Amino acid sequence: MTESDFVTLVMPFKDKVFRLAKRLLVSNEEAEDATQEILLKLWNNKQKIEDYRNVEAFSMTMTKNFCLDRLKSKQAQNLKIVHSNYQDHNVSLQKQVETNDSIDWVAKIIEELPEQQKIILQLRDIEEYEFEEIAKVLEMNQTAIRVALSRARKTIREKLTNTHSYGIK
Amino acid sequence: MVLNSIEKLLEKYDNGETSLKEEQQLRAYFASNNVAPHLESYRVMFQYFNNTKQEQFTKDVPLKSKTYRLYKWISVAAVALLMLSVFTQFAGPTQEEEREALLAYNQTMEALSLVSSKFNQGATSLNALNMAGAQFEKGVTQVGYISEFSTATDKIFKNK
Repeated sequence: MTESDFVTLVMPFKDKVFRLAKRLLVSNEEAEDATQEILLKLWNNKQKIEDYRNVEAFSMTMTKNFCLDRLKSKQAQNLKIVHSNYQDHNVSLQKQVETNDSIDWVAKIIEELPEQQKIILQLRDIEEYEFEEIAKVLEMNQTAIRVALSRARKTIREKLTNTHSYGIK
Repeated sequence: MVLNSIEKLLEKYDNGETSLKEEQQLRAYFASNNVAPHLESYRVMFQYFNNTKQEQFTKDVPLKSKTYRLYKWISVAAVALLMLSVFTQFAGPTQEEEREALLAYNQTMEALSLVSSKFNQGATSLNALNMAGAQFEKGVTQVGYISEFSTATDKIFKNK
C-alpha cells in the first residue's frame, strides 16, 4: 500500500477520529496528538489493514480505547487534562461555537456525561452512525446502546432546561 | 412539517428509538427558522451537533517511509554479523575442523615416513660406493708402491 492509497483510505474518517478523540480528551492539542498517533498506528499496520473488512469501525474502536487509556493514565498520575482552547482565535468555527453561549453550554453538559454516553452520543448524533455500526465499534448490544443514548439525550435537555429555562412557556 | 408529528418524533428521539432518517427530519426542522418556542432546547442541541460535525483534523501526519525501516534492519543485521564474527573467533575450531586437521597431519606423516624409508634404501645402495671408495684408496696406496718403486729404479739408474 502506497502513501497515497493510505491517505485516500483514511481521508473519509480521519475527522471522525479527531472529533471522537476531542469529545473524550476535550483538549484540542490532546485530540490532535491522539489522532496522529492512531493514524500512525494504522500506517504501521498497513499490511494488516487490507484484511479488515471495516477499517473505519476498527479505527473508531482503536480511538476509543486509546483515549480511554489516556484518560486513565492521566487520572492515575493525578493530572487533569487542561484544555486551553479558548485562546484559539484563528478557527472561525470554534469562535462561532463559543460566541453562541447557549450552544457552548451543550458542550459543557456533554463533558459531564459518563464516557460511554459521550461516545455513543458522539457516534450517533454527530457522526450519524447506524446502531449496528456503533455496536460493532463498542462491542455492545444495540439495546444497551439505545438505553445509554436515551439517557444522554434526556440529561442534556434536562440540564439545558434548568440553566436556561428553555422549554418553559 | 406538522408540529404534532415533530413532537412525536422527539419523544421517540428521547427514547433512542428514532432511525437515522427520522433524525434527519428533525435536523431539517430545527435548522429552519420557524421552530416552536417550547422546543428551543432541542434547537440548541441540534445546532451544536451540526456545528461540531464540521470540525476537521488539519494537522499533518508524518508518515515514515519504508526506507527508514530498511535502514533500521540493516543496522540490526550488521550488529548481528559483528557479534557472530567476534564469537566465532573466540570459540576456537569446531569438531569438524579438528578432524580435518588430524587427517591432514596423518597424511603428511605417512608421506614423510614413505620418503624416509626410500631414503634409507638409497642410503644402503650408497654403501657400495663407500666400498668402491675403499678399494680406490687401496689402489691409490698400491700406486704409491709404484712411485716408490720408480724412485728406487731412478736411484739405481743414477748409480749406473
